[in-house]
Amino acid sequence: MFRNAAELVEIAENENIKISEVMIRQEMDVKDKTREEVFAQMETNLSVMEKAVEEGLQGVKSHSGLTGGDAVLLQKYLQEKQPLSGELLLDAVSKAVATNEVNAAMGTICATPTAGSAGCVPGTLFAVKNRLHPTREEMIRYLFTAGAFGFVVANNASISGAAGGCQAEVGSAAAMAAAAIVEMAGGTPQQSADAFAITLKNMLGLVCDPVAGLVEVPCVKRNAAGASNAIVSADMALAGVTSRIPCDEVIGAMYRIGRAMPSAHRETAEGGLAATPTGRALEAKIYGIPMKKE
Amino acid sequence: MKYKSVFDIIGPVMVGPSSSHTAGAARIGRAARNLFGREPAWAEIHLYGSFAKTYKGHGTDVAIVGGLLDYDTDDQRMGKSIQTAEKKGMKVSFHEDEAATEHPNTARVKIGDAEGDLELVGISIGGGKAEITELNGFELHLSGNHPAILVMHNDRHGAIASVTQILAKHEINIGRMEVSRKDIGKEALMVIEVDQNVEDKVMQELENASHILQLSKIVD
Repeated sequence: MFRNAAELVEIAENENIKISEVMIRQEMDVKDKTREEVFAQMETNLSVMEKAVEEGLQGVKSHSGLTGGDAVLLQKYLQEKQPLSGELLLDAVSKAVATNEVNAAMGTICATPTAGSAGCVPGTLFAVKNRLHPTREEMIRYLFTAGAFGFVVANNASISGAAGGCQAEVGSAAAMAAAAIVEMAGGTPQQSADAFAITLKNMLGLVCDPVAGLVEVPCVKRNAAGASNAIVSADMALAGVTSRIPCDEVIGAMYRIGRAMPSAHRETAEGGLAATPTGRALEAKIYGIPMKKE
Repeated sequence: MKYKSVFDIIGPVMVGPSSSHTAGAARIGRAARNLFGREPAWAEIHLYGSFAKTYKGHGTDVAIVGGLLDYDTDDQRMGKSIQTAEKKGMKVSFHEDEAATEHPNTARVKIGDAEGDLELVGISIGGGKAEITELNGFELHLSGNHPAILVMHNDRHGAIASVTQILAKHEINIGRMEVSRKDIGKEALMVIEVDQNVEDKVMQELENASHILQLSKIVD
């Protein structure tokens, strides 16, 4: 069983297999399941992600009314104009937003690694798909690669906003996506690790400060940022750019930053954007309560 | 290692909006329901830390009650769980607790009916995973991800052996085991995680073993 990213890359290199294959073999071993069973379970998750993106692109609205409809705006803009940031990037952004809008509307999603950060992995997958034209198996492998790196973070740091801030949720999700893009694009296991490290480095320190305690503002847009960060970092790693700080040390830094974060910035809705005048006003309106005094 | 499967990371499939505050909370409620063995007539739920601050926004209350109704994390009926519980006559109350807890997402669930009651403490550790850390005053570490049996017994020599002998006879493999007691010679609790669900006839046999007070099980 691999305990960190260095061991994960080492196993892949020594046995000359992909990161996804290391994860698949470990899962078969730990759960005593066949390859077919493990693939079938991941196929189910992939289908849930696909449906959530479709649903979000049709347009949904959350009960609070804070989020919904932005994925539709982005797709319309993509079709009518030339996006400055590039079509693939903005397509990923729209699909990440679509997923999180469905989540906010209490729709069905697949947590990757959490519900609040569920947009980064599928958002990038369904955008990169249109460029790389992967087989269904390669799409499923994308999720195993993302899962392998998420597994390392979850066991060595945290994937919970309440424990480690948004860096632990969207930060981890974006970095997992970057590693998976690299494998799908034909990069090496080490390049996956570099893409992961570069992404997470750029998400360090991100606090969890949801307005009214809802997984809506700023969570939906942070998934947009996470998806774009993942694609840019994947391109950097594929170009041969490496991370000066190794992957596992970046994860260690993320863990320690999370521990040092005040509880006001760890999913308690007591600080950051939640405590802005507008954040408080929205909270009071949604719950029909008098405004909290700061 | 806290997380063992890739599907703890890519998954669960769930009704939004929060894996820790909705899916994890539902699993805590469902663990309580499983251990109680039937639908409770009343529930008193205490929320701590981030759970206490944001439970309305995340539907933590809805999710715990959904779990008490035996809903899985992706059950579409989740959103209406509180109304459903009301219709069934279940009396549910929520309490925001100020006490500091080790984990920010902690819930204390007390449930019961005319026949008995149960109290457990659960934590939601992220990505939809939950752990039970206390049951009826006993400390334990139960993931709820494997089938398990919990045995209340008198702290006497031979009590553990009598249970493990019955499991061995039925070829049930023990994956992890934990014993704790209130004091020497007093009530004790055995937590046994096993590889497959334990059938009712085995449960009956265990119930009749010496020094056994009470049994419950968690089904995978």
